[in-house]
Amino acid sequence: MPSVREIRGRIKSVKNTARVTSAMQMVAASKMRRAQDQVVRSRPYAQKLRAILAGLAAQGGGDGEYTHPLLQSRSVKNVLLLEITPDRGLAGGLPSNLNRAAAGFMQQQHAPVSVVTVGRKGKEFMARTGQNIQASLPGLGDQPSLGDCLPITALVAQLYTDGTVDEVHVAYTRFINTLIQEPVVAQLLPIKAGELEEPGVPVDYEYEPDPETVLNTLLPRFLDTQVYQAVLESSASEQSARMVAMRNATDAADEMVDGLTLELNKARQAMITAELLDLVGGVAALEG
Amino acid sequence: MPMRLEIVTAERIIFEGEVDVVVAPGGDGELGVLPHHAAVMTTLSSGDLHYRIGGKDNHYIVHGGFMDVRGDQVVVLADAAEHIDEIDETRAEQAIMRAQERIAAAGVDVDLDRAMASLRRAQVRLNITRRRRKQGVV
Repeated sequence: MPSVREIRGRIKSVKNTARVTSAMQMVAASKMRRAQDQVVRSRPYAQKLRAILAGLAAQGGGDGEYTHPLLQSRSVKNVLLLEITPDRGLAGGLPSNLNRAAAGFMQQQHAPVSVVTVGRKGKEFMARTGQNIQASLPGLGDQPSLGDCLPITALVAQLYTDGTVDEVHVAYTRFINTLIQEPVVAQLLPIKAGELEEPGVPVDYEYEPDPETVLNTLLPRFLDTQVYQAVLESSASEQSARMVAMRNATDAADEMVDGLTLELNKARQAMITAELLDLVGGVAALEG
Repeated sequence: MPMRLEIVTAERIIFEGEVDVVVAPGGDGELGVLPHHAAVMTTLSSGDLHYRIGGKDNHYIVHGGFMDVRGDQVVVLADAAEHIDEIDETRAEQAIMRAQERIAAAGVDVDLDRAMASLRRAQVRLNITRRRRKQGVV
């Protein structure tokens, strides 16, 4: 049985840990609220853009009549995976779940896959497993703006248009709610305008200046938005996962303190009993 | 009979509400939209986008994007948009100076396209704001 002193020491250290994790929980909670707000605020734009693109596709804007490089599918010789991961750990199973999903995706591909990582966790994983890394970008911090995401999009679009890769997929963690985040791998390029979730309502539009110009301006923006959305979803997921992980750690620490306190009391009791026995024994010996 | 206008950027919803008229800087020149307008999809350039409701004008500066007019629903997807009241003239002037310096230093590690774009944005911002404030519209 550990001594009373030892147990006191351990209680103290566990309490300190709990203090740290509960502070981190609080920080993550406030960042989480902001990140969740940001995701929700950015969704209308993405939805509207999708609806417009779907409308264009339904009108035949997407099928050969006005071909744009970002719409053309080619025979797939090289695949690029853009993985958006957190920079920091202590976010529960989030990074490893995402990495596992990314690895699973890469195994299913018939063509060689190279990767572009955003954030430290993805970079470390890809380097460790010996993947072909095209580029590693640092994470975007807690409040990524659309402008922050443009270099990523530019890089990816560049690799796609110059023919280095023929397909681009993005792996990120979709934010569902505070407790649930799900790793997803989705195709980014070529843009499959015909397969957008909302069925395009065919409206007889007049296009100004003309459909081609509209499509040409729309597609790059669509790509920007897709990447931006993925980054925001990832960021909200990360903060939520961290908040939950830290809450669990705090709860576990509190439980441990309870257990240790019980043990401490038992040990103290045992010590007192032993001392009493000694005393009684001593007195008995003297009287005898 | 009012129409519904939404001005949205990738980062947030700027405006949402009922309006009587919308005038936007289309890719092919200024474009006015009244209720029951034909369905139009247009690109936007940089400039002044305003709407009127109950005889009152409201001005926004938008920079690029699209406008989707369908039925009595007008959706503006702007790359950037700000209400004219949010614009600070001194800051816009400084932005013009900075952009001009960058353009002057072009060639040495400067992204000319970006500098030109920010110069144009700042000029649009300043010109429109000044004009409107002079007219006492704002």
